[in-house]
Amino acid sequence: MSDFNSSIIDYDKIQIIKLKGYLDAHTAPLLEENFTELISKNKFNIIVNFKDLNYISSAGLGVFMAYIEKIRENKGDIKLTEMNEKVYNIFDLLGFPLLYEIFESDEQAIKKFSETKSE
Amino acid sequence: MNDKVLIILSHTENLAKVREFIHQNALNAGFSEDKIMDITLAVDEAVTNIIKHSYSFDPNGEIKLEIEVNNGEFNIIITDKGKSFDPTSVPEPDIRKYQREHRVGGFGLYLMKKFMDEVIYTSIPNNYNRVKLKKKIH
Repeated sequence: MSDFNSSIIDYDKIQIIKLKGYLDAHTAPLLEENFTELISKNKFNIIVNFKDLNYISSAGLGVFMAYIEKIRENKGDIKLTEMNEKVYNIFDLLGFPLLYEIFESDEQAIKKFSETKSE
Repeated sequence: MNDKVLIILSHTENLAKVREFIHQNALNAGFSEDKIMDITLAVDEAVTNIIKHSYSFDPNGEIKLEIEVNNGEFNIIITDKGKSFDPTSVPEPDIRKYQREHRVGGFGLYLMKKFMDEVIYTSIPNNYNRVKLKKKIH
């Protein structure tokens, strides 16, 4: 069965979207809703945590492409964390590390956000 | 019911069923979990393309998946009766260009080619489209 869910954690001025399960063409709209919701609330500092994500197809990858520009125009960013090797491999094959910062932990991504803010 | 054939309707909800079908057959063929995931992703991408491009998200189209194992090769043959399309004309994705052009698709075929040994499209206009995905069993 396709099961996917996501939850948003509010961490000071940073929002952490935690992904779980299978992200494909069927479940990608759920993640789109998360981004749309955060953008509508002017929340542009976003971390996406992949720790519990088992699978991603190109439809899932497309979601990140769809929102990144809007978020950066508003001086925010999408930072990605805790990908398993398989999921990272797919991001890497398509060149995503050129456009997105990928960290081993949320803490590292949070630190990067605070450094950028104080520059 | 032949467990080497799966017929589904063109709805993204059925992608999980497709992955399960491929997983089981690839496991039976002797692939490692790592390779199974690559094959599953390639087939997911092929079926997603059919739902999107051949059937333009009409959920009533038929998609048939068949597994053939012979001469040390694992083949998945996917047939649909939607609009003809030639995905081989899609260039390799350039992520910076995609970002500039606000493109969100185009990665699927690249992943299919990357993870399979061969991807062969046949399209008979007003009849069917067929894609054959091949992977050697080591």
